[in-house]
Amino acid sequence: MHGFTLILLMLGFGGIGWMVARARAARFAKPVTAADRPNSLPSQHGWHMAIWIAAPALLFLSVWSAVSPALVRDAVLSTPGATGLPGPGFERSAILAEARALASGNAYGAFNQQAEVLAPAYAAAQSRYDWIGTTLAVLLAFAGGAFAFTRIRPDYRARTQVERAVMLALLVASLIAILTTLGIFVSLVVESWRFFRIVPVGDFLFGTNWSPQVIRSNDPGATLGAVPLFWGTFFIGAVIAMIVAIPFGLMSAIYLTQYAKPTVRKWMKPILEILAGVPTVVYGYFAALTVGPAIRDLAVLLGMPFASSESALAAGLVMGVMIIPFVSSMADDSIAAVPQSMRDGSLAMGATTSETIGKVLLPAALPGVVAGVLLAVSRAIGETMIVVMAASGAASITLNPFESATTVTKQIVDLLTGEAEFDSPKTLAAFALGLTLFAITFLLNVVALRVVKRYREAYE
Amino acid sequence: MTDTQLNNAPPKLSARGVDVFYGQKQAIKDVSIDIDMEHVTAFIGPSGCGKSTFLRTMNRMNDTVASAKVTGDIRLDGEDIYSPAMDVVQLRARVGMVFQKPNPFPKSIYENVAYGPRIHGLATSKGEMDGIVERSLTRAGLWNEVKDRLTDSGTALSGGQQQRLCIARAIAVDPEVILMDEPCSALDPIATAKIEELIHELRGRYAIAIVTHNMQQAARVSQRTAFFHLGTLVEYGRTSDIFTNPRQERTKDYITGRYG
Repeated sequence: MHGFTLILLMLGFGGIGWMVARARAARFAKPVTAADRPNSLPSQHGWHMAIWIAAPALLFLSVWSAVSPALVRDAVLSTPGATGLPGPGFERSAILAEARALASGNAYGAFNQQAEVLAPAYAAAQSRYDWIGTTLAVLLAFAGGAFAFTRIRPDYRARTQVERAVMLALLVASLIAILTTLGIFVSLVVESWRFFRIVPVGDFLFGTNWSPQVIRSNDPGATLGAVPLFWGTFFIGAVIAMIVAIPFGLMSAIYLTQYAKPTVRKWMKPILEILAGVPTVVYGYFAALTVGPAIRDLAVLLGMPFASSESALAAGLVMGVMIIPFVSSMADDSIAAVPQSMRDGSLAMGATTSETIGKVLLPAALPGVVAGVLLAVSRAIGETMIVVMAASGAASITLNPFESATTVTKQIVDLLTGEAEFDSPKTLAAFALGLTLFAITFLLNVVALRVVKRYREAYE
Repeated sequence: MTDTQLNNAPPKLSARGVDVFYGQKQAIKDVSIDIDMEHVTAFIGPSGCGKSTFLRTMNRMNDTVASAKVTGDIRLDGEDIYSPAMDVVQLRARVGMVFQKPNPFPKSIYENVAYGPRIHGLATSKGEMDGIVERSLTRAGLWNEVKDRLTDSGTALSGGQQQRLCIARAIAVDPEVILMDEPCSALDPIATAKIEELIHELRGRYAIAIVTHNMQQAARVSQRTAFFHLGTLVEYGRTSDIFTNPRQERTKDYITGRYG
């Protein structure tokens, strides 16, 4: 039976179980005293039963769907038709995949003769294992239902059991995000490991020549030095973007929290927040089509006739504008968290508002502001769309903002788009870059969160 | 109308017909009072009677509340403090304030005291600043406790020490008037006794106005007492008269604990 139908069937069984258990629990003898009142409500018995029916069966089905393809394949390989197959490897997998496509009716012919031979065997094995899976799932559902049914007694604590199941479901939901992160990290590490078996870590981390188009097979590390990328990322994301984002973000936060009248604040804050909701691709073409050419013209005026329109400055400036609301809202929060009594104390000494801000509020809010800036940097260096559209692909180590620079994210996109084999050093380099970026942003986030936490404790 | 003139010397601060509004709500109605030099004036009354609000009109701290509006006439040495010609920065240097909850800045003890003198440019050299800091801390009765750790954070002190630090901070700019808004309400009895003693010592140099919930405290530290009720000044006079021989029935009821 098809997977989706099976899931529906299990849920249907669960629904029936819910009604049965509820009806049965509703017929408990009327309690005489408070002491012999049933422990749980009829609907709680219903949920208890439904969970016992559906949960084990669905759990089994999810495991089965992961295991059964391998079982089917082994069954096919053990048929006489499989004797002529090549040994384990890419070719054999391709033939088996074709056979499977033929068997399930998703293909009308095969390139490989052997696939056509194997297809009937594949279909047979597939339907046999499907049947086994369905039977087992249904049996499990009934076993679970029977178990729960015997528990429908006035003194049974279905309420506590259901509560525990709810807790478990919530726990699983929250684990999924964590496990996904872990999975991403592991896959990055595995692929990077493959890369670092070809290219020495030192060459990658400290090499200054990045040109993945020309990789010499005897010394792949020579042209895969990532320093220019790290520099470009730092220069665009942490220097140019922050030169824009920190002052403007901070000043707008100060204006909004300290000077703006409530009506002004009511209008300006949402507008600033809209800026944060603009899709980065829109910033990207703003950078590429408007800011980039304008900066090139400026550079020509300043006496740099061959200036690129894909300058570090264009990408950095626009990225900085994108980050302003982020910095502003973090700074806003941390300034607002400074107790009003600090502000009053300073004003009562005869300090003006700006003296109060500069000498009392900002120093007190500094940890929060620093944390906000760190988070902003981590966002900026991970930002991809703006640099893909506006930054250049040429890696260089330069201090001149009018020159082109490239970033880690931009290079990852370049390395992984287009025709590429997945085991060349060129493609694998993308994973090593991703791992490095992941490590850096992770570190920045950890430091920022620790700073924020310590600072919160100081005032609570 | 109560007798507002108790001394022959001109008052340091004088208020006439002061009203304070928060939006539509009137918090203070027609209050007239004189605050004299070298006296401690206690403002007493039940919660919400407007005594703190009135205290804050005297150094214009109500300016920081957007909805607050003050009318009437408040003069410091005969100068209208609400006139456009009055510089709030100068006013607050002359009329210092100590708050309900100790609010030292998250800076060193030294920097807390030096804050005001720096803003107002009172010291031209490090030595001069050191002198101001030492003198202020000494007057606040804190010097001996903190002289060896002036670089420690002001927030690391105990509650009572923090409040004395705030008093040192206020007197570092040589004010003429010190306003105290329930300065002991967040302190334990021993710290409270120290602050009261300090108020007693400071009296000779300044005009002090103190808001307090504690009537024993008012009786102990003040020479003048003003009783506020529902935004009006019910009775104002010598502390000894107010506590032993109040003229108004409402004052008598409050002092004897009938309500409040």
